[in-house]
Amino acid sequence: MTTNDLRKVMRQNIREYGMYIALVAIMAIFTANTKGIFISSRNIANLLNQTGYIAVLAVGMTLVIVIRHIDLSVGFLAGFLGAIAAIALTSWHMNVWLVLVLVLALGVLAGLVTAFPVARLGIPSFVASLAGWLIYRGALLLVTSSKGTIIIPDDTFNAIGNGYIPDILPVDSAFLPGLHKLTLILGFLAVVWFIVSEIGARKSKRSYNFDVIPNDMFVLKIIFISFVLGLITWVLAGYNGLSWTVVIVLGVVMVYDYIARQTVLGRHIYVVGGNPEAAELSGISVKKITFVVFGSMGFLTALSGILFASRLQSATTTAGTLFELDCIAAAYIGGVSAAGGVGKITGSLIGALVYMSLMNGMNLMGTDISLQYVIRGAVLASAVIFDVATRRRKR
Amino acid sequence: MNTPILEMKNITKTFPGVKALNDVSFSVAQGEIHCLVGENGAGKSTLMKVLSGVHPHGDYSGEILFAGQVQKFRGIADSEKAGIAIIYQELALVPDMTVYENILLGHEIRKGPAVDWNETIKKANEMLKKVRLDINPASLVKDLGVGRQQLVEIAKALCKDVKLLILDEPTAALNEDDCDNLLDLIRHLKEQGVTCVLISHKLKEVIKIADTVTVLRDGKTVVTLDAHKGEVSEGVLIKHMVGREIDNIYPRREHKRSEEVVLEVRGWGAHDNKLGRNVLTDVHFKVRKGEIIGFAGLMGSGRTELAKSIFGNPDGYTLSGELRVKDEVRSFRHTSEAIKAGIAYATEDRKGNGLILIQDVKQNITLANLAEISKRGVVNNNAEVKVATEYKEALSIKTPTVEQMVVNLSGGNQQKVSVAKWLFVKPDVLILDEPTRGIDVGAKYEIYSIMNALVEQGMSIIMISSELPEVLGMSDRIYIVSNGRITGELPVGEATQEKIMQLATS
Ligand SMILES: Nc1ncnc2c1ncn2[C@@H]1O[C@H](COP(=O)(O)OP(=O)(O)OP(=O)(O)O)[C@@H](O)[C@H]1O
Ligand SMILES: [Mg+2]
Repeated sequence: MTTNDLRKVMRQNIREYGMYIALVAIMAIFTANTKGIFISSRNIANLLNQTGYIAVLAVGMTLVIVIRHIDLSVGFLAGFLGAIAAIALTSWHMNVWLVLVLVLALGVLAGLVTAFPVARLGIPSFVASLAGWLIYRGALLLVTSSKGTIIIPDDTFNAIGNGYIPDILPVDSAFLPGLHKLTLILGFLAVVWFIVSEIGARKSKRSYNFDVIPNDMFVLKIIFISFVLGLITWVLAGYNGLSWTVVIVLGVVMVYDYIARQTVLGRHIYVVGGNPEAAELSGISVKKITFVVFGSMGFLTALSGILFASRLQSATTTAGTLFELDCIAAAYIGGVSAAGGVGKITGSLIGALVYMSLMNGMNLMGTDISLQYVIRGAVLASAVIFDVATRRRKR
Repeated sequence: MNTPILEMKNITKTFPGVKALNDVSFSVAQGEIHCLVGENGAGKSTLMKVLSGVHPHGDYSGEILFAGQVQKFRGIADSEKAGIAIIYQELALVPDMTVYENILLGHEIRKGPAVDWNETIKKANEMLKKVRLDINPASLVKDLGVGRQQLVEIAKALCKDVKLLILDEPTAALNEDDCDNLLDLIRHLKEQGVTCVLISHKLKEVIKIADTVTVLRDGKTVVTLDAHKGEVSEGVLIKHMVGREIDNIYPRREHKRSEEVVLEVRGWGAHDNKLGRNVLTDVHFKVRKGEIIGFAGLMGSGRTELAKSIFGNPDGYTLSGELRVKDEVRSFRHTSEAIKAGIAYATEDRKGNGLILIQDVKQNITLANLAEISKRGVVNNNAEVKVATEYKEALSIKTPTVEQMVVNLSGGNQQKVSVAKWLFVKPDVLILDEPTRGIDVGAKYEIYSIMNALVEQGMSIIMISSELPEVLGMSDRIYIVSNGRITGELPVGEATQEKIMQLATS
C-alpha cells in the first residue's frame, strides 16, 4: 500500500473517520490524565449507561433535523414521562410492563401533538416545541410538587438503567474466571457479523464495478474495527458485562439505521429533508413524514425518560433539564446538517459518545464545571466547522 | 478580427471519474459576441467556471490570458476585479429582496457605516436603464417573470466595471419575446464595448447573434467558426456538436388514432387563495389514449397551474369543475393519489422542485416509484442500481456512475434525470413541463424519440412548452392557454406559429 492510497482514502472519508479519530483521541487524553481510571471496565460501563438516554434522543433528533425541523420539548417531556412512570408504579400500582407500554404510547402521542401545528398549520417547529418545553416543564413540576422526588421501588424497572444481562456460567466458574462469558460470545459474534457483512458489501459493489478502497486498506480497516469491537467487549466483560441500557441503545440504533438506509420510509424521510417541494411533487406526503418523524421522536423521548428515571431509581423535579440541547449537540457532532437531508444514525451515536465522554472524563479529572461548559462548547463548534469545511472540499 | 481580450490555453480540468475539459483552447476577440455551443456535459459551464475562478487556479492545468496578462484567479472576487462578470445557468437572485437591493448586493453604496439607500436606488435605476428594463426598483424579485429576473441579473453584473460578460444559457427559460429582447440588449452592450460570451442550446439564436462560434465536444474544442464568413448554419453546428447529421429535429410518426379518452376536464377552475385570484377559469380539454397534446402559451399563462391542479393540487388551490380519469370522476387529495391513478407530472423547475440535488442519480430516478423496487417496505439496492443504469443508458445521461450526486451533473443531464424519474413511474398520462429546457439537440432528439415510443405503447403525453417549433413539431393537437383560459384548440395540421401567437395573446 502506498501512502498515497492511504491519503486518498483518508481524504475521501475524512468526515466519518474524523469523528472516530476524535473519539479515540478524547479517550486517550482522559485515560492518560486519570491514570487509566477512564478506560477501566467500571467507568466504561458507567459511561455507556450515561450515554444511553442522550443517545436515543440523538437518534430521534437526527431524523427531526434531517427533515429541517427541531424539537426543543424532548428534555422536559422525557422528565415528565419518567415521572408518570414513577407515579404509575408507586401510586397506581400498575404492572411494570404495562407502565412501559403506557409511557411509550404517551410519548408517541406527545410527538404527534407537537407535529400537528408544524405539519398542519405550518408553525415553525422551533416555536411549537418551545411551547412544549414550557408546558412539559410545568407539567413535570406539577406532578412532582407534592412529593418532590418520587422513589421507584420496582426492581424490574430499575434494572433497565442499572442492570446487566445474565451470564450463562457463574462469574467465578473455572473457565475464564472474572469475565462475563455471554458478553464475550456476543462480542465475538458481532465481530464475525461485521467482517462477513463488510466482505459481502464489497463483493456486491465490485460486481457493479463501483469504486472500492484498495485491498490492503480494506484489510486494515477490518482489522482496526474488529480490534476496537474486541477491545470494548473485553473491557465490558471485565465488569458486569453488557448492561440492559447498552442492549436497548444498540437495538434502537440498529433498527433506526436500517430504516434510514434501507427502507422506503427512510428514503422518503431523507427526500423530504433534501427538497420538500420535490418530495411533495413526487407523491410523498411531507405532512405524513413530519408526523412520523415527530412521533418517533416522542417514542424515543419516552424511552429516554424511562432510562433516566430507572438509572436514578427515582423521578425528580429537574429530570430532563438540558437533555434537548445535549442531544442536539450530539447530533451535530455526529454530522447531521442543518440544511436538511444529511445525517447518519450511527454518526449520532458516535456524537453522543464523544459528547458524554467529554463530560465523564472531565468529571473524573475534577475539572471545574464552568470550564467544562466552555470545553463542551468549543468541541461542538470545532466539530461543526470541521464538518462544513470537509463537506465543501468534497464538492 | 482585432486582438483577443481573452485567451485560454490548453485547459484541462478533471473531476473524480470525469475529464470535463481536455486540453481546451478558447480565444475571444475584443468586442465580439462569441457563442459557445456543445452537447450536455461537453464542458461549457466548466470552462466558464475555470475562467471565473469558481474552479481556482491550481485546480486545473493550462493558462489564462485576460486583457494581455496571465491571470491566476483564486476566486470569483479576483475575476470580477479583472472585469469578468458571469451569469450562471441558475439565477442567483434573492427572491424576497427588492430589485435595487439585488442589483447592488455585495456592492452596497455606503454613507459612513450605513447603506445609502437613496444612492443605491439611483444607481439601480441607472443600471435598469442600461438593460432597458422599465420597472419599479422597489418591487420584489419574486414578483417578476423569469425574463425580467434575467435582466435584473444582467443589471447586477453591469454594476461592476465589466469588460467581458459571460451568459450561461440565459435564454433557456425565456419565451420568444423575452429572448429577442435579451439578444437586442446583448447587441446594444456590444456597441458600448462589452465583449460577450454566450452559451446556448438554441441554435437559431446563436446564428442570429454570433460573430464567432466555438463548438465543444467531450471536453475538447472541435472547431471555431467565423459567422461573418458564412461558416455557421444550423446543420453545420449540429454536425460538429453531435458528430453526425440530424436531418429532422422532430421525428414525426403517424399516431394510431384512438377514440378512448383517458383524461378530461370540464368547466375546470382554480382559485389561488394566497394571491386571492383565479388562476384558471372554465377550462375544458381532453386527452385521448396514445396522443401527444401540446399546451402552448406565454410564460405565466397558467399552463403549469393547470398541470398542478390536475396532479393532486399540491399548491392547495380551491378547485371547481370536473376531472375525469378514464371515465371516472376523480378528485385527488394528494399527488400520491394522482400518481396512483396513472398521472405523472415532470416539473419545469428541476432544481427548485424536481430533483434532490444532494442525492445521487439512482435515488432520484427511483424516488417516485420506490414501491417497484422494494419488498415489504425494504428497498432492494441491486434492483435500484439496475433500473437506474437502464435509464442512464436509455437517455444517455452523462455520468461516471449512477452513484454520482445529481448536483455534480451538467444542467442538461440533470434534466434527463428528472425526466427518467417519471418514465420509471410508467404512467398513463405523462405531463411534461418544458421537458427539453437546457437540453442539447442530440438529447432533444432522444427525448422526442422516447416520447414517440411511449405513445406507441399507449401512453398519452401532455407537453407544455414555450418553444413553438417544438410544440408544432411534436404534438397531435395543440391547446393554447392565455390568462388561465383555453383560448383555442388546433389540430397540428392547421396550426402555425402566427395562429398560436395570436390566440396566446388574445
Ligand atoms: N462538481 C463536479 N463534480 C463532478 N463532475 C462534474 C462537476 N461539475 C461538472 N462535472 C462534470 O463535468 C462534465 C461537464 O459539465 P458541464 O457542466 O461543464 O457541462 P455543460 O457543457 O455546461 O452541459 P449543459 O449543456 O448540460 O449545461 C459533466 O460530465 C459533468 O458531469
Ligand atoms: Mg452548463
